[in-house]
Amino acid sequence: MIEMLEFEFMKNAFLAGIVLGVVLAVVSFFVVLRRYSFIGVGVAHSAFGGVALGSLIGISPTLTALFFAVIVANAIGYVGRQERLSTDTAIGIFFALAMALGVIFIGLSDKYNTDLFGYLFGNILAITGTDLLLVSILGAVVIFSCYIFFKELLFTAFDSEVALVSGMPVVFLDHFFLTILAVSIVISIKIVGIVLVSALLVIPGAAASQVTVRYVPMIAISIAVALISTTGGLIISYYADLASGATIVTFASLIFFFMVGAGKLRKR
Amino acid sequence: MEETIMEKPVIVELSDVWVGYDGKWVLKSIFLDCRAGEILGIVGPNGAGKSTLLKVILGLIRPDRGTVALFGKKPGREARLEAGYLPQISHAERAFPVTALDVVLMGVYNRTGLFRRPGLKEKETAMEMLVCVNMAEHAGKPFGSLSGGQQQRIHIARALASKPKLLLLDEPSTGVDSVAQEDFYVLLANLRDEKGLSAIMVSHDIGVITSHADRVACINIEVHYHGGPELCLSPEIMEKVFGKDLKIMVHDSRCATCNKRHIND
Repeated sequence: MIEMLEFEFMKNAFLAGIVLGVVLAVVSFFVVLRRYSFIGVGVAHSAFGGVALGSLIGISPTLTALFFAVIVANAIGYVGRQERLSTDTAIGIFFALAMALGVIFIGLSDKYNTDLFGYLFGNILAITGTDLLLVSILGAVVIFSCYIFFKELLFTAFDSEVALVSGMPVVFLDHFFLTILAVSIVISIKIVGIVLVSALLVIPGAAASQVTVRYVPMIAISIAVALISTTGGLIISYYADLASGATIVTFASLIFFFMVGAGKLRKR
Repeated sequence: MEETIMEKPVIVELSDVWVGYDGKWVLKSIFLDCRAGEILGIVGPNGAGKSTLLKVILGLIRPDRGTVALFGKKPGREARLEAGYLPQISHAERAFPVTALDVVLMGVYNRTGLFRRPGLKEKETAMEMLVCVNMAEHAGKPFGSLSGGQQQRIHIARALASKPKLLLLDEPSTGVDSVAQEDFYVLLANLRDEKGLSAIMVSHDIGVITSHADRVACINIEVHYHGGPELCLSPEIMEKVFGKDLKIMVHDSRCATCNKRHIND
């Protein structure tokens, strides 16, 4: 493991993995309680349109992906609130629209130098020191936001109608959380990829919910599951020479199945 | 009783309220008022617009026509802070990772303020409310492990924890056994008598409303009756509200439609 960290890119990936483990765990706690996992899938895929736009106009694809994901996440929230539409419909539309724009942007681009496959499935070789800094800053913002609005986010997730009557700014909180979700997704793309990141938005929280019925231990277990998944997945992928994102997600899924079993045994 | 109620200040007033949905009127020309310290029962069949009416009072649904005043203000965030709401079906998930006490604590969040966690004082308030609904010994239990009736008491404790002046209850007896129901109405009457709490209670169960409300409003899209409970069981009003095939299953001193001798007679 010490040998693994002698490589600059592995050290960056490992540190990013630790930060993202905590970020995704906290976000997944609310994703599971709000049943937002499909929104996570939609927002992650919408980042593809942003990546393609970035490579077309020659600016950082992470920046354009962030722009796309935040807009799509909030658009899903807005459209889903309309009387004659549902969140489900909104996801179906924006997900495909952003992907379609992505394909058009790639077609317009005469150069073919962006590692699109890396964005889709993750590429730890691409994680630079700047990326690590960005992950750390935005990750800290996400965690701090969840911390200061924790009780409001918890109440809104529990019963949004009653929360509204009790004076909680429910619409603001919904959009606030969707923005946090979008930011968390984009900073995770280089390590796990657009297609796979949604798994880490669900697994930590879902695994923790199998073994506890209280929120403080649920968040703690969620963080443990995510940290073991990202760091363990990176170590396995390094020594077995496997794709990092896919290894992290497969490893996380195995932990999830183990936790489901543990939860069943515990109830007996 | 009714005269003394009518001297109290009006806390909720609806005047010529119309609400339409998909080209159909759900509520038509509603005139209704609720006074401080009264339990107002709202009766009507399914689809009569009762739940919509509560949401209109809370400002969750904006009427197409007419005016609504909640504590003399337009129903919005400020006026709503004085009201506690118990929806018909709680959207709360059973497996939500909170204890009974955590749920009651949510009721004080609006007074805790941003960036602050509920502290010792808030926890004491929440415990008081749990004592009030007879659920103190369940404080530390997971919310999902409680029975339907117990969960409902927790929701009531949560609504009370925000120290409301008015409770809006949508079908509060759904999923609660008859003993627990009776306890609940006693609790409600105590809160009215001791703390001056008002309540607007919606039910399709006429018997429950007529025996526990100070005044009644019979609603089926329109208001067919708004007054003391003793007159609302008249055959004409019941036919207008519930239709011709109604059989009244309650027999008490107010029952006007049968010739049976009553225990109270």
